[in-house]
Amino acid sequence: MTVAVPAAPSAAVPVLRYALRDAVRGRWAPLYALFFGAVTDALFRFSGGGEQVLLSLLNVVLLLVPLVSLVFGVAYLYGARAFVELMLAQPIRRRALFAGLYGGLLAPLALVLVLGVGLPFAWHGGAALAGPLARLLGAGVLLTAAFLALAFLVAVRFEDRMKGLGAALVLWLLLAVVYDGVVLMVAYAFAAYPLERPMIALAMLNPISLARVLLLLDLDVAALLGYTGAAFERFFGTAWGTGLTLGALLGWVAAPLALALRRFHRKDF
Amino acid sequence: MTTAARSAPSTSTFPLPSKEDGGERSALPPPILTAEGLVKRFGRREVLRGVDLALGRGRVTAVVGPNGSGKTTLVKALLGLVHPDAGRITFDGAEVRPGDVAYRARVGYMPQAARFPENLTAREVLALLRALRPAEAADETLAAALGLAGEMDRPLRQLSGGTRQKVNAAVAFLFRPALVVLDEPTAGLDPVAAGVLKDRIRAEQTRGTAFLLTSHLMGEIEELADDLVFLLDGRVRFAGPPAALRALTGEGRLERALAHLMTAAR
Repeated sequence: MTVAVPAAPSAAVPVLRYALRDAVRGRWAPLYALFFGAVTDALFRFSGGGEQVLLSLLNVVLLLVPLVSLVFGVAYLYGARAFVELMLAQPIRRRALFAGLYGGLLAPLALVLVLGVGLPFAWHGGAALAGPLARLLGAGVLLTAAFLALAFLVAVRFEDRMKGLGAALVLWLLLAVVYDGVVLMVAYAFAAYPLERPMIALAMLNPISLARVLLLLDLDVAALLGYTGAAFERFFGTAWGTGLTLGALLGWVAAPLALALRRFHRKDF
Repeated sequence: MTTAARSAPSTSTFPLPSKEDGGERSALPPPILTAEGLVKRFGRREVLRGVDLALGRGRVTAVVGPNGSGKTTLVKALLGLVHPDAGRITFDGAEVRPGDVAYRARVGYMPQAARFPENLTAREVLALLRALRPAEAADETLAAALGLAGEMDRPLRQLSGGTRQKVNAAVAFLFRPALVVLDEPTAGLDPVAAGVLKDRIRAEQTRGTAFLLTSHLMGEIEELADDLVFLLDGRVRFAGPPAALRALTGEGRLERALAHLMTAAR
């Protein structure tokens, strides 16, 4: 007797649907949305409004989206360990399960960011800023995708939950905080040399820098914030720079995701 | 009736029952699942050292052994959760190759820890599993027999450990599997639910369903097991019916017979 049921790649879809449902019903999703809503609302009330809100929001997004994506992604995967084992005992390919879990987490995280920031813009009448806002949110969603992929990589790499959470926090600290300091030190130490190319290379190595450059080029205030942004604008001109940065950022989604999937494939549960 | 068709190659420390101990073997259908020479290493630690196993249709095979003997790893290797370093597994006569998942459509699994996405309901978990096997008819009679009807629409995080374990049991029997793997099945169940589960196991047995059982409860093994596989340090030290083990060791009680086996093998 042969087995009649083929393990269709579409098996990722039901997993995604139920992971999404599980995530949306959890307590963290409304809290995350509320937080972004409150911050955006406060920025509208206390700063001049308009572009200033966007610039402040940019910094909040660049710091917090990676943190939340990493911590939530890692915590979810460790919590779902027994469920993953149960699912792997079903006729489903590991790739499909992986894709379902990733999509099921990415969708609510991205949705919450878009709604949490977008709705206050709508009720404060920020229609004039719709374009830049959409690009800010787009970059935020890309960052979410990149750091969720990194979270998956961390979670499949470390057996131990505490080690995994620790690694996620260290990763965030390195990319979000320490990295800029190092870049500044390099810039300061080698101030006498032409640094544009090395600076551009350094920015490519960090998805947060990439997102920042992307948004600063877009807002046309590159010279105001950060050395890397200025270097990028001068070196590429805007269209080129945007394309390259976007590509590199997508690479930051694809590369960790591919590595995590490879490990997930070989992992013993 | 011999379930483990082969004895492990390196079991000279203790006399294994020969195939002749079995009896009516010739009349038996081929086993639903076989494993040959399964080896699994975690780093330098060799957890399975050439395990042979055959699970007979309509029979309950209990894998027993002390903690760390490789029981969990063996079960996970058979389910595809753990990738063996060497060895061969067949299901229903066909070789299971790395990455093969289709055979699992006919395997039910009841893990020891009953943990589901906590914001889903039991009904949704069953629906998810059904969506993965679109071609198969689901059988939710066990859920009903376990009294889960009133709990199906509550989030799983609100259910007690025992109730979640009932959901787990219902999941394992959902698709009339040819093989059911039960990892400490009655650990969290109340006596009534444990009784319902055991009745279901016996009923399925008569339909030819094979069972692989791990348990620390000797009484449960005495009650259910048709065959024993005794694992020690990653090797099969005994495979055969409980009566053969008792005869071999001269001990009347299974617990003592296993203890006898353990001390003799050390």
